[in-house]
Amino acid sequence: MRDKPCQESRTHGRIPGAERRARGPCVVMECFEDIPCDPCHDACRQGAIRPFDDLNHLPEVDFDKCNGCGACISVCPGLAIFVVDETWKDDLAVVRLPYEFLPLPAPGDVVAGLDRSGRRCCTAKVIRVEKTKRHDRTAVVWIEVPKALSMEVRHIRVGGSARGLHEG
Amino acid sequence: MRTTEICVIGAGPAGLCAAIAARDMGARVTCVDSGDRPGGQLVKQTHKFFGSRAEFAGKRGIDIARILAEQIENDPLVELMLESTVIGFYDDGAIGIERDDALTFLKPARIVCATGASERMLAFPNNDLPGVYGAGAVQTLMNVYGVRPGKAVLMVGAGNIGLIVSYQLLQAGVEVAAVVEAMPQVGGYDVHARKIQRAGVPILTSHTVKAVHGTRTVEGATVWALGGDFRPIPGTEQHFQVDTVCLAVGLTPLADILWQAGCRMAYVPELGGHVALRDEDYETSRPSVYVAGDLAGIEEASSAMLEGTIAGLAAARSLGHSTPDFDERLAAARADLAALRGGPKGEKVRRGLDRLMRLGREVGVVA
Ligand SMILES: Cc1cc2nc3c(=O)[nH]c(=O)nc-3n(C[C@H](O)[C@H](O)[C@H](O)COP(=O)(O)OP(=O)(O)OC[C@H]3O[C@@H](n4cnc5c(N)ncnc54)[C@H](O)[C@@H]3O)c2cc1C
Ligand code: SF4
Ligand code: SF4
Repeated sequence: MRDKPCQESRTHGRIPGAERRARGPCVVMECFEDIPCDPCHDACRQGAIRPFDDLNHLPEVDFDKCNGCGACISVCPGLAIFVVDETWKDDLAVVRLPYEFLPLPAPGDVVAGLDRSGRRCCTAKVIRVEKTKRHDRTAVVWIEVPKALSMEVRHIRVGGSARGLHEG
Repeated sequence: MRTTEICVIGAGPAGLCAAIAARDMGARVTCVDSGDRPGGQLVKQTHKFFGSRAEFAGKRGIDIARILAEQIENDPLVELMLESTVIGFYDDGAIGIERDDALTFLKPARIVCATGASERMLAFPNNDLPGVYGAGAVQTLMNVYGVRPGKAVLMVGAGNIGLIVSYQLLQAGVEVAAVVEAMPQVGGYDVHARKIQRAGVPILTSHTVKAVHGTRTVEGATVWALGGDFRPIPGTEQHFQVDTVCLAVGLTPLADILWQAGCRMAYVPELGGHVALRDEDYETSRPSVYVAGDLAGIEEASSAMLEGTIAGLAAARSLGHSTPDFDERLAAARADLAALRGGPKGEKVRRGLDRLMRLGREVGVVA
């Protein structure tokens, strides 16, 4: 087993830096705990997620190989994989996130963008909703958010869908 | 009396895999389950599972149940008895099965017991009010019968079950006021915690339930903080207006049949309570009685499937069945189990198993 890594190495290989994000869409893996899990590796046809030599290791991305296709998003049982595209428009980025709630939003809808603690941090326009057989009932929702919030918005609230009482 | 080669008690992931493995070896199997469909806990698990691809990682529990059941349904070697409860184990090795209020007997040459676990309860004032549920009941209502247990829930326990059931409650359109956890940290996986936190559910660690309020049903709950010594701190009370309190405070192996069979049991807290001493093939101190799954120690469906496979293979081999790939399959299942348990999250289970096997060696159950 690995030595306990420092904080930086927890994000290295999982969270793309600003420089990489400026080059185009790429994956963001918010998976920081050694749990027995590996389906993300198989899902990536670009070979960007390195093979696991131990099932319990963290996933590791080669950000030069990742093209931001998003095929890994709906496969992750931790719903921990996102794709951000900061090259979308001048001041707007796209965040693609896994979404397993009903009702599903439709393209053009305006929804609330929520941060990791469930606080509403912006309104977001839905660009696209992917939900094919391959997604196995985990839809991938594309939302447009202010570029500065591309690494903050991780969930959405659609209409009156359920939530924790603390949500803003 | 009716006979069979191998009786598998429980058609959860462990029992189904034991039945599949034994059938693959050519054994005649009777699989008995009290539920109305095969799958055990899996029939309520609507989320995608962890583990490795070999154990269906990335697939939903409900779909894994179907994939496993399809492998034995309509197989001439396998009889699946549903809505049938094993209620007794007799000295001569026969078991009593209750079905439609009638008792029948079956005499198997081998038994694989895979009855799973039961939920723990928590003591606090009014814990018997309607509206206080175990997480399993909440899941059954929602995910099997499509019934919401209430409008707003306080979840007790931030292990994987508490976190996952909270997420499923949100999916069902139920508000989750908070998750309280007595330990200073979340016990379940970080990724499961994040799913509900980003939906706005606070997780209050070092907190517990003080009391639940209501006259006829739950109308609210008060929680309070716990100090370093796990004593509640007066003055830290918070009130939540909820109509449901859901307990996800741990599981304990459902071992009644093993006690009746006279298997040697040991109390191993890391494995959830009393578990049977058993050898590497999962055979207990009572020859020809095997265990697998949560009954053998509380873990995961992924490990339950592998233990079931090992027990099924071993039980069939002990009856003289063999296949060319026997050694390979057994070795693969053992290796996969070791890999699953190999990480930091498997530390507790590894400690429990070390203790169990040491005790087993002391009394000669393990060679
Ligand atoms: C909310 C929740 C989420 C979970 N998430 C995951 C996950 O993501 N990944 C994972 O790997 N695991 C997960 N698990 C754990 C997993 O469901 C269990 O570890 C697994 O189901 C154990 O399998 P088993 O076959 O030992 O027991 P069970 O699935 O409990 O099956 C036991 C069966 O035995 C039957 N039975 C019991 N007594 C008798 C009797 N006397 N006569 C006849 N039949 C009897 C029961 O009806 C039942 O069908 C989760 C569990 C819960 C509760
Ligand atoms: S976004 Fe596409 S290329 Fe990038 S890691 Fe995921 S599957 Fe691979
Ligand atoms: S599939 Fe998701 S949870 Fe599993 S290792 Fe990959 S990123 Fe982590």
